[in-house]
Amino acid sequence: MDATKARTAANGETPVEQRLIFFNQALREAIDEEMTRDPTVFVYGEEVGVWGGSYNVTQGLLDKYGPLRVIDTPISEALIGGAAVGASITGSRPVVDFMYQDFMGIAMDQIVNQAAKNRYMFGGKNALPIVYRAAFGAGIGNAAQHTQSLEAWFTHVPGLKVVAPSNAYDAKGLLKSAIRDDNVVLFFEHKALYRERGDVPEGEYLVPLGVSDVKRAGANATIVSYARQVQFALQAAEQLASEGIDVEVIDLRTLYPLDIDPVIESVKKTNRALVVHEAVRFGGFGGEVAAQIQELGFDYLDAPVKRLGAVHAPVPFAEPLEMASFPSVESIAQGVRELMQGI
Amino acid sequence: MAARKPKAAGKKARGASKKSKLPGKEMLEWMYRTMVRIRRFEEAADRAFQAARMRGALHFYIGEEASGTGVCAALTDSDYITSTHRGHGHCIAKGGRLDLMMAELFGKATGYCGGKGGSMHIADLDLGNLGANGIVGGGLPIATGAALGSKLRDDDNVTVCFFGDGAAPNGTFHESINFGALHDLPIVYVCENNQWGMGTHVSDTNAGPGIVTRADSYGIPGVMVDGNDVFDVFAKTTAAVKRARAGKGPSLLVCETYRHRGHTVHDQAAYRDQADVDEWMARDPIERFRKTVTTAKAMSKKKLEAIDAEVLQEVEAAVEFAASSPFPQLDTLLQGVYTDV
Ligand SMILES: Cc1ncc(C[n+]2csc(CCOP(=O)(O)OP(=O)(O)O)c2C)c(N)n1
Repeated sequence: MDATKARTAANGETPVEQRLIFFNQALREAIDEEMTRDPTVFVYGEEVGVWGGSYNVTQGLLDKYGPLRVIDTPISEALIGGAAVGASITGSRPVVDFMYQDFMGIAMDQIVNQAAKNRYMFGGKNALPIVYRAAFGAGIGNAAQHTQSLEAWFTHVPGLKVVAPSNAYDAKGLLKSAIRDDNVVLFFEHKALYRERGDVPEGEYLVPLGVSDVKRAGANATIVSYARQVQFALQAAEQLASEGIDVEVIDLRTLYPLDIDPVIESVKKTNRALVVHEAVRFGGFGGEVAAQIQELGFDYLDAPVKRLGAVHAPVPFAEPLEMASFPSVESIAQGVRELMQGI
Repeated sequence: MAARKPKAAGKKARGASKKSKLPGKEMLEWMYRTMVRIRRFEEAADRAFQAARMRGALHFYIGEEASGTGVCAALTDSDYITSTHRGHGHCIAKGGRLDLMMAELFGKATGYCGGKGGSMHIADLDLGNLGANGIVGGGLPIATGAALGSKLRDDDNVTVCFFGDGAAPNGTFHESINFGALHDLPIVYVCENNQWGMGTHVSDTNAGPGIVTRADSYGIPGVMVDGNDVFDVFAKTTAAVKRARAGKGPSLLVCETYRHRGHTVHDQAAYRDQADVDEWMARDPIERFRKTVTTAKAMSKKKLEAIDAEVLQEVEAAVEFAASSPFPQLDTLLQGVYTDV
């Protein structure tokens, strides 16, 4: 994108200078603004302080807010998961960094049995304003234990909200909403996005949780996705446009609560849907989306809902294998072509 | 090729050199060669990484060579180790081949894991290396289970579990050592305290008077080791291995050492105090070894240099092998997930 290109303001009249910032910078602004706004917000996790977060999201916050509100923890994931429960039900708002989604396995009891169930189990009285952040996703050679996309696990547990932004603008607005939410929110950041720039306006704005977003309007087919794969879908849509296939791209942004209505509205128009994610296809979140499209939009479908996801294998290290293991711009474009032919 | 390590420790006493308390000539040569192999291998890997011939992350063991080398010197070929994300040194000290390792780092089909694992995931069961690990603390239960298996099968093997100071505050540390001690398992828990996690100092992540004192809570020996002195590591590991093999249960060794480089190849380690860095650099384990053996006239300068030259050649050949090897074929993508699917 061109940094000098003008963006049109909400009123459609005044051109505004673009402000291109990195995805990780957008996240930092969200946390920083919320810490300033609300003194009960605090940050903890491995390497969030001196190091500034493994992808620099919390850089500078230790200096600004001090070691009581920006806490480097030992490598103790069960503690990291569970301390948020105790701190939140007693009135603080923890923003917790798990570093990599893969490491959340160690804290699974605290997230799934403790955090997710606390409110309901104890009669709906407690608020648990927790944000668990974690990097996920493949594509940069981090190998099997640092590259997984495990979001479907968490959508399966009642009591958890799950967010996975696709760009810097959404990332900032969604994270601010997540911090203000009184529920347990899992906030997943695709690690290949951290160094991508996006247009993020100065000043305060929120993106609500549970609202899907049409990222590109189109008439012939609908691609439903989230996180990095939205970027791939948009690129595939450009390719397909030159072939005369007009694709609509819907970014779910939040997986739970799922806003399916824009997807169904789109399918009414396009009659074809492709669901894409980087997670393993089998048992992935795409199955839920496909099932809901089928339940709510069956009469409008001209072809079975198609799903793309990673192969049924851990993420391999070798570059050619890794890149072949999950959907690419090319495989998405091919998926749409097949969808158009009813394959 | 790596010279074979002299006969197993523990099962058969090794004659000490007449001139000093140092181990015998063969063992000295093996120790030196092993430490130099680790260092030169990683220096070559670093160059390959900087030249964009490999990707992902590399965690260098440079500076900690005496620890892995001294520990593995006390093991038999059939004894087991579990390793960490900083695992090149452990793999080499357990007898790993540099060419297969380098090919794995390059993501090539000829690598130890066919390119599936990379730097952080090398295992070779034939060497008793049960694997490096991307999960901090992930190896402790695995090692404990390997020792349990040895006890059940009565196979006379000992397992060494390597982990960092960063893993000592994890639940797996306590759960594993407690169980190992309860069942007198044949295991030695080796904490390599290189002073740092990523950017957090050990004193900022571990409460109390020191990791080694946690051994007392479980009623097992806790032993402080100069992790930059291969002889100290060797002697204390030998004692712990002997104890384990005799069915007397685990020990906890804490090797005090230092990583010379940043946490990964990407890290400049700006969080460290230069005076501290200098102090530790002056305790370089390889330099110390050279000084000790030449002063004691246990090894000649000429011999040391000959080993240096041989290792350089071995490393060059490993890089050549890795570079000229093919990437894995796409049809291997789904191979190896299950035995039967
Ligand atoms: C469970 C888990 N949490 C966090 C990490 C990220 N991480 C990798 S290495 C490391 C520091 C480890 O320190 P230490 O155990 O002392 O080993 P060292 O790197 O110093 O060799 C961290 C936090 C991880 N790989 N696994």
